[in-house]
Amino acid sequence: MELDIINDSQKSTAKSESLIRTPSLPLISYKGQDKLALFFLRFCALSIFAILVLMIGLLFKMAMPAISMFGLDFITSSDWNPVEDQFGGLAFIYGTVTTSFLALIIATPLSIAMAIFISQILKGALSKVVSMIVELIAAVPSIVFGLWGLFYLAPWVKSTLTPFLKNTLGFLPQFQGPSFGIGILSASIILAIMITPTITSIVREIFNSVPQIRKEAALGLGATKYEMIRIAVLRPSLSGILGAVVLGLGRALGETMAVAMIIGNNPTISKSLFSPGATMASVIANEYAEAEGDLHLSALCYIALILFAITFIVNLAARTIIWHNNRRSQK
Amino acid sequence: MRKLFVGLMAFIAMNTMAATQINGAGATFPYPLYSKWFSEYSKENKDIQINYQAIGSGGGIRQLIQETVDFGASDAPMSDNDKSKATRQILQIPTVLGAVAISYNVSEVTANIKLDGDTLAKIFLGEISKWNDPKIAALNEGLKLPAKDILVVRRADGSGTTSIFADYLSTVSKDWETQVGRGKTLKWPTGIGAKGNDGVTGAISQNDGAIGYIELAYAINNNLKVAALKNKAGEYKLPTVQGVSLAAAKVKSISEVTNSIVDADGKGVYPISSFTYILLPVKEKDAKIVEVKKFLKWALSKGQNFAAPLHYAPLPKRLALEMLKEIK
Repeated sequence: MELDIINDSQKSTAKSESLIRTPSLPLISYKGQDKLALFFLRFCALSIFAILVLMIGLLFKMAMPAISMFGLDFITSSDWNPVEDQFGGLAFIYGTVTTSFLALIIATPLSIAMAIFISQILKGALSKVVSMIVELIAAVPSIVFGLWGLFYLAPWVKSTLTPFLKNTLGFLPQFQGPSFGIGILSASIILAIMITPTITSIVREIFNSVPQIRKEAALGLGATKYEMIRIAVLRPSLSGILGAVVLGLGRALGETMAVAMIIGNNPTISKSLFSPGATMASVIANEYAEAEGDLHLSALCYIALILFAITFIVNLAARTIIWHNNRRSQK
Repeated sequence: MRKLFVGLMAFIAMNTMAATQINGAGATFPYPLYSKWFSEYSKENKDIQINYQAIGSGGGIRQLIQETVDFGASDAPMSDNDKSKATRQILQIPTVLGAVAISYNVSEVTANIKLDGDTLAKIFLGEISKWNDPKIAALNEGLKLPAKDILVVRRADGSGTTSIFADYLSTVSKDWETQVGRGKTLKWPTGIGAKGNDGVTGAISQNDGAIGYIELAYAINNNLKVAALKNKAGEYKLPTVQGVSLAAAKVKSISEVTNSIVDADGKGVYPISSFTYILLPVKEKDAKIVEVKKFLKWALSKGQNFAAPLHYAPLPKRLALEMLKEIK
């Protein structure tokens, strides 16, 4: 292999020398080179698609025993009992959906405000530095978030946030019951922190794409800076923001390690946000390695399949919204 | 360039030829001891290199059945279902014993509390939810117990530790056996799940009022308080290496090593003890299996001395000799 490369490089230098002296045809015709490149690139592009199809196929095959055993009841039952070989995924679906949406509720206003600050208020180099710091958060490995959550966030939630919420919103069933710090609320907060950079950077790009002339027009008509941001920046970006939020949702749905470490891993459906829960991704990570029965493994694959379907749909929706938005803004 | 390449190839070839590579996979529980064993053994036998992946007992058994590894390791003996899937007969050799400690964190209590099996089961079933419950108080006369909520912490991931603990509770409590049962992953009536022994350790040390089960080494290394458990002879025993070894004192032959030894008879026994096994496929004249057997002979004799410092209990001498005969 190595030898071939050496020979090739020798050949090509020889060839280029000969090209300078006498213009002669290359080893493979230019048309042939084009064809070869096209074939190679097409192969690369299609291989991604093939991997996706193979993955879905394999998941289906592995989930088949559970699908044929439980059918669609799997989605409506919350009984998860590996000892009795009884499996239902509702508690995990509930946990995933609740934590993800709570995370969105926290992260969306934060991200939009941050994007406005970076793109409209800060100027020049400072804006670049701040946005870089925000994006750096996205590069922190999720296990680090998990550890931080376990050793810092959870005790804080238990000692500070929970008493505050109980005092102010304690009349709602969502904010009642004992809190150990570890639970749905803490997991949602961690998720919110993790998806904020994703949403912020996309929203910032959308704000930056607003033509300067519109902003100047708004100011020229006597709008204050706040009104200008509201009329000229926020309003035309709404669908783009929605797309960014849905993309953040996609990340929240699939997040595994940080959530598994801090959610309490108890597959029950409880009204209280303080109580422990479990998500689809966390149960797969927790139980796959030591799953004993074939049905247990298969049920985990069934959950994976459901998770796959949900994230696929969510991402598809986000891309469609953003694509739609881009096309409109180009007009 | 070419010289460098040839040199590199020769170097790789030399390395692969020099050492016989043996691959194993399985339990995480004995991993600290096993990695110590493998490195010590390689020092004595330079031509043997043992790679071990601590992917969990279940994964180890699966890889062994598919024959992608030379040996497996598991905390629980293989189930009949798994045995029937394997194409060969599989020898299950106990290597050391481990204990599951009951750790707790109650800031008011400085002494070791005493618990019996029934009370422990009721705590983990959620039937006892306060530390000053009369059942706990009756076992700990003279100890001032606070009226704090009990937070049960257990493993979220499937685990051999859970399996040993559930086996013990099922043995001592009918309620536990019927309501929850045995297994590596259970349907827990109460509490929060944490990942791994370190996760449970962390959750216990952070939450005042928490109780959980962890491997003995984790309790000792993290200075957690442990409960003294009542054994069959009626004594309250703290988890110690000696108490764990004694639990296996009555086991004498290879046919008995796969029997459960929780709540074992005898004086001085710590009741939540268990073997951990290396699983060896029976193949005739296979060079690698011969090497694994050589290693096992070393592990069951000289290797046993490395166990206690790492808080594993060595096999009782008689049983180790019996196993050595069995391996041949």
